Formats: sequence, structure tokens, C-alpha cells
Amino acid sequence: MTVSERVKTLVIDGRDVSARESQTILEAAQEEGIFIPTMCRLEGLSEVGACRLCLVEVKGSNKLLPACVTRVEEGMEVQTRTARLDRYRRTLLELLFAEGNHICAVCVANGHCELQTMAQKLGMDHVRVPYRAPRRTVDASHARFTFDANRCILCTRCVRVCDEIEGAHTWDIMGRGVESRVIADLNEPWGEATSCTSCGKCVQVCPTGALVEKGKAVAESVKRPNFLPYLKRTRGQHS
Amino acid sequence: MNTPLTKKVSVATVWLDGCSGCHMSLLDMDERLVELAASIAIVYGPLVDTKVFPQEVDLTLVEGSVSSEEDLTKIKLIRQHTRVLVAMGDCAVTGNVPSLRNPIGPEKLLKHIYLPHAPEEIVPRLLPRVLPVHQVVKVDAFLPGCPPSADVLYYAITELLAGRVPDLQDKTRFGK
Repeated sequence: MTVSERVKTLVIDGRDVSARESQTILEAAQEEGIFIPTMCRLEGLSEVGACRLCLVEVKGSNKLLPACVTRVEEGMEVQTRTARLDRYRRTLLELLFAEGNHICAVCVANGHCELQTMAQKLGMDHVRVPYRAPRRTVDASHARFTFDANRCILCTRCVRVCDEIEGAHTWDIMGRGVESRVIADLNEPWGEATSCTSCGKCVQVCPTGALVEKGKAVAESVKRPNFLPYLKRTRGQHS
Repeated sequence: MNTPLTKKVSVATVWLDGCSGCHMSLLDMDERLVELAASIAIVYGPLVDTKVFPQEVDLTLVEGSVSSEEDLTKIKLIRQHTRVLVAMGDCAVTGNVPSLRNPIGPEKLLKHIYLPHAPEEIVPRLLPRVLPVHQVVKVDAFLPGCPPSADVLYYAITELLAGRVPDLQDKTRFGK
């Protein structure tokens, strides 16, 4: 925040809210204690608007806007909970579950998974679309960590933390649409990716059981992404 | 005023492709089973001896996914003769552990694991894909969990007996 920053006033869910002009709808809502679901967002990383769960309705706009990358504007009227948004969010979650192979009962992240928790939170108790059941690989070539692509939701937290915080940029996305996948270096086994520093930041920020420490059994993988804002503060960066 | 004749609610339980853990959870209701026995009659399922699914059942709890031709025939028949059908547990709701074979396909799976020693007949043919129950027949309520706990099952059954669709959002979820 700069000293000269202007304050904008807007309405979120019928409540008058003021926010700094650099803030997003999501930040303004969170400061007001208004819950907007997110999956790809993580405090300390840049915003990409990948998961679309934070879509909100803004009066005067004929499309839904992702709250995490939409700046507040003077006089904006925002709805975060409508029947339409609830329906879309539920469908988005169902598509995430149907796209990969998310079998909670036999996942190391069972009980500590943001996808599993979000399904419960949004009341998503079954998936109405057919499961794709894609054939995906498990990369266990790294000495300390495993990448299970079956459980990846392409939130790109790992890509961002590796690039923005660790500065290694080992991870990236290859392919398009439903064929998109996370790769290490130039699509090499993780254990052979020379840029990887084995810092494990990607593992800690991964919301599911896609990136995990080796040696964990079902429900044993607990992630600790809270280091991020702390790390940025000690480096003198704004989170 | 005449008191209406009391008739017990008929309940069936079904075990398709699952580990029986959901049925274990049912038994885990312990003494609450005795309380439920006052208002329900278990007319079919692995816990009783009936061989043929009855003509009219009020409530059927389905454990397990639809994985073989036998499961498919069974669940369609059960749906026809059931008023309220409930997908009980993750296998029925999502496919869960049995669906781990879906990316591989039944042929490759059978060749790799079973075929060298498998009998030629009797064993029901596997479907190309393991399916959650609602992708085959209409499901009236979903009880996620692997397994859903005895408390969740008890709550769901008492709600259903009271004529309500149970709201389980803060009580259970996929997995454990």
C-alpha cells in the first residue's frame, strides 16, 4: 500500500464496504468477513484466477468476474452468493473431481485436502458428470517427494511458488485444455530436473495429495503453507 | 379417534462392489439398532437371510459401486421395487476404491491379476467401467464417507424415517 492510495467504496452482498484501490474484490470481501470460495489462491503468491470458484456477480457486467483478480471500483455492486453462483461453483467442483482421479479414501492427504474440504463446504455430495478416469502417471523419481498427477487440479500454486518465491521455476504447465499437466523442467522426471533445489515449497502449497512427501500413508500428509506470508515479510516484500 | 395401524418401514440393504465397511458401520449403531427395530423391519440384505428382493421396499441403502453385469442387473431391479434409494458410502456415491481400475480397463486388469487362475464361468463379467450408483439408476439421497460413521448412518436413517432428506453437509464428506 502506498500512502497516497485512494479509498473506494462499494457494496458487497448489500453491505457498504470500503477498500483501498489496489485491492481486489476478494480481499475487500475477506476483510469484511465475507466468505468467497477459492482453490488456486494462496496468500503470498500472485493471483491467476485459474480455479474460477471465486466468480462473483457485478452489477452492470454481463459476465461473472473472478473476485481474486478483479480490482474494486467506486460504486461497484457485488453479489457473492446467488443461486446461479452456487450452481456454477458446485459444477466447477464436480468437474475438478471428474477430471482427475480423486479417490479421497486412499489419499495421503485425506482429511487435510482443500479439495475434499471444499466439496464438503459447498455441499457437493456427488458428481453428476461422468468421471473421465484418465490414465495419469505418478512421478516418484525425486528422492524426497512424489508427484501424483491423478490428484492434480492444475491450480498452479506449485508453479508460482517455485518461480516467485524459490526462483527456480522447475514446474510449469504443458499442453492445453484437458491435456494440460504440470511438468518438471523440460518434461523430465522430477528427480532428474536439475533446476529443482529440493526445497519442498511446492509440496507445502499443494492443496491436494498431488505433491507429497515420501513415506506418508493415507491421511498422513499435512501441508504447512503458512510459511509464505512470513517469508515474504522477512524479505521485505508485500504479500 | 382411531389410532392408525402401525406398520414397520421396510428397509433393505445391498452390498454391491464395496468392502462391507458401510455395513459394519450400520452394525456399529449398536444399541440404536434395537431402538430402530421398533419402527423398521430389515427385509433384505447381507444381514438377513432373504434370497429374493421383495416386491415393495420403502428404503434401500446401497453399499458399493456398480462394477459387474450382476451389479447392474441387481441395482436396476432394486430400483424398480424401492421407494427411496440411498447411496451409502463413497463406493456407491463416487466409485471410490473399486473405480481405481477405471484408467486401466477390465481386460488388462484381469489378465494381469486374475486370468491365469480365474474360473471360466460363474464369476460375473466386469463392466468396462466402475460406476457410481446414480449414474445407473436414480438415487434419492447421498451419504458420502469411507465409511460413513454409525452416527451419520443413524442420523440419516432417522431423518429418512421422518420423511426428510438428510442434510449431512457438516457431518460427513468424501473419504474419512
